[in-house]
Amino acid sequence: MSTVAAVILFIGVTAYTIFGGADFGAGFWDLVAGGTDRGDHPRRVIDHSIGPVWEANHVWLIFCFVVLWTCFPDAYASITLTLFVPLAIAALGIVLRGSGFAFRHAVLRTSERRAFGALFATSSVLVPYCLGAVAGGIASGRVPAGGEAGDPLDGWVNPTSTLGGVMAVTVGAFLAATYLVWDARRIDDAPMVEYFRRRAVGAAVVAGVVAFAGIFVLRADAEYLFHGLTSRALPLVILSALCGLTALVLLFRAVHRGARLAAVGAVASIVVGWGVAQWEYILPQTLTVDEAAAPSGTIGAVIVATVLAVLFIFPAFGLLYRLDQKGVFPEAGADGTEDLEDDD
Amino acid sequence: MSSLLGVIIAVNPVPWARAQMAFTLASHIILVPLGVSWAFMTLIANYRGIKHEDRDALLLAQRWSKYMAVTFAVGAVTGTVLSFEFGLLWPRFMGQWGEAFGIPFAFEGLFFFTEAIFVSIYIYGWRRMEPWSHFWTGVPIVVAGIGGSASVIAANAWMNDPSGFTLDSAGNVAKVDAWGVIFNDAMPLMAAHMVVAAYVVGGFLVASVYAFAMLRGRLDRYHRIGFLIPFTVAAIAMPIQIGVGDSLARWVHHNQPVKFAAIGLVPETSSNVPERLLGQLNDDGTVSGGVTIPGLASWLADPSTGTSTDVQGLETVPVSDRPTVRQVNVVHIAWNVMVGLAMLLFLVSLWYGAAWLFRRDMPQSRPFLLIASTTGVLAIIAMEAGWVVSEVGRQPWIVYNLQRVDDAATPNTGVWIMFVVVVVLYLALAAALIYVLRGMSRRFRDAEGKDVEVPYGPTDGTGTRDDNPAVPEP
Repeated sequence: MSTVAAVILFIGVTAYTIFGGADFGAGFWDLVAGGTDRGDHPRRVIDHSIGPVWEANHVWLIFCFVVLWTCFPDAYASITLTLFVPLAIAALGIVLRGSGFAFRHAVLRTSERRAFGALFATSSVLVPYCLGAVAGGIASGRVPAGGEAGDPLDGWVNPTSTLGGVMAVTVGAFLAATYLVWDARRIDDAPMVEYFRRRAVGAAVVAGVVAFAGIFVLRADAEYLFHGLTSRALPLVILSALCGLTALVLLFRAVHRGARLAAVGAVASIVVGWGVAQWEYILPQTLTVDEAAAPSGTIGAVIVATVLAVLFIFPAFGLLYRLDQKGVFPEAGADGTEDLEDDD
Repeated sequence: MSSLLGVIIAVNPVPWARAQMAFTLASHIILVPLGVSWAFMTLIANYRGIKHEDRDALLLAQRWSKYMAVTFAVGAVTGTVLSFEFGLLWPRFMGQWGEAFGIPFAFEGLFFFTEAIFVSIYIYGWRRMEPWSHFWTGVPIVVAGIGGSASVIAANAWMNDPSGFTLDSAGNVAKVDAWGVIFNDAMPLMAAHMVVAAYVVGGFLVASVYAFAMLRGRLDRYHRIGFLIPFTVAAIAMPIQIGVGDSLARWVHHNQPVKFAAIGLVPETSSNVPERLLGQLNDDGTVSGGVTIPGLASWLADPSTGTSTDVQGLETVPVSDRPTVRQVNVVHIAWNVMVGLAMLLFLVSLWYGAAWLFRRDMPQSRPFLLIASTTGVLAIIAMEAGWVVSEVGRQPWIVYNLQRVDDAATPNTGVWIMFVVVVVLYLALAAALIYVLRGMSRRFRDAEGKDVEVPYGPTDGTGTRDDNPAVPEP
């Protein structure tokens, strides 16, 4: 029973990384798109691409929280006690990000758009960094069990957390650029296809370098995790590396078919790999999944909710993405005056 | 240096955690009614628009959905903050009770997912979807809004009536019956009270904006419909709300007698208890001031036994297990405010209903519009007051009779810093939200007469619409 709950939790974490991560990544590209004029074109593509889907993407975070606090309440309590600071920053960053994005859509004046856009973009980097640092703190065994607080600073300012934070930002940027190539192609925007293709290649290289450096960081700082990654999770690590390489090659050679899938595969397999590597602990070396698990009545209810989600939410999600991809949502603005098509 | 820092930072976290939870919930709860009921009102306008080819109604529906996009986004992020806060502020509560308290949120998550997905489809689908299929994509938002708020309230109700679990000898939750947790005894009435409140507040709030516009001379058909739809929804919901609230108060009388005693300012158990308007409980346990209506509190607690109904007093439980004198007074005043405003809003609804009944039209007079333009704010105050009654009346418990707030809070002494940041951030957020919504409204008005947007309008065949001139930058 507890294993099922852990699997559900990790499905949530993986989904959030793929959907939410790409959303953060889009914010990253927004941030580095340059000045108002130079960055205008890519920003429009980004807006157009994530506008309809961003809210739904972030419900995955709530999903992860809910599964964590119902099925593994002790772990949730310990994590929030120890990692108060990065979680608080992430929470406030999410407020800035969501409202900044929504407000930017609702105003027309350039200076206002710039201000709200800046909020959206900077918090798009801040939030995944903090969440990645939280993941690093947990994975490196810095969160003690039993509702006790660990070191409030070391819990998230440490080599593994830094790796986690940087990884989260770069992986998000990589995913986002890969998706944006696709989106730009869909709206026949050749310059933007090329623009995001280059950035996707760059992000893939950076992510690869960070991951490679990560091997040494983890060996020195997170022994249990490192051991897991190099033994039972090794197939997933290799799969991730292969997928990443495939995506890189495809993107480099401007072969668009399959690049998105390969990118998702690379990210998903490393996230799942993390889960497998720290098995059977939910908090490495202090609290096992089995010890932390809630009574079966609770887990049963969460399984029911998950089944309902698969039956009802997934099709709805599919509908949303399909309508989005089919271009049924031409406009995103406050008054329908900012169709991309109108500018081209 | 570090010791100085230690002194500055080492502040008792409990009051700050409470303040932050109260502040963030009080902020979020204002956005909730819009998320729950606005979609319903929008669909009424949308339905009218398609069915009767009513261009004004259709335009209204489209614009409302665009405001909704903004308020829903802010509601979504302020709601997300709450899910962080459960752990950040109350880790020991979550660690101890998460396996029970957390369950309703699993279902709330489903509703929230549904809402987020269909809000996107509905808002972005205006141009290129078929009118009726577009209309139907709005219906899940309404259903999910009701289901979502009922789920959240189920968790809150569980704190008032913890059930659906058994404890082992160490006091830990050993067995959980999810059904019993969700459908705890307090849930049906509390959930109904909140959902109806969402329709009351949402209706009055949206209507008051149009009442204000009418006062300023915008008496065209567009503004009239903009007033009529939400005000009618609220006026119908208002009497229902009074009935539900009355039943809930009786439930509290039977199941949370201390809260009921705080509401009625009753120190000692007795029958023939008067209903006291205003007044206060003093430190020595006496009650003074205010206006009393003899026997009414007893009679309301159980009309079948009338004024001879016994009402349990505060002093039947030890001081440490009941709200402090100050908290009792807060509960009592909040109760007065809630009931008083509810009565006022009920009278306004009656006025409106009577005008329709006898004159087949809404009241046109200036005094009516003046009052109508304040109903939104009044309804929000009533809702906040009701929530204060529910939460402060439960003190000192976070889980009624099982866990104290003091034992649930985080020991992190830096909470006050987060509190300060949150307050500043939320104030800025509120200012920005109002600024943005007003800007949208102004822009919509400026666009009046120019054919900027016709929902479901003809396209030029290439997929882009031809009648879409860009609005010049102001």
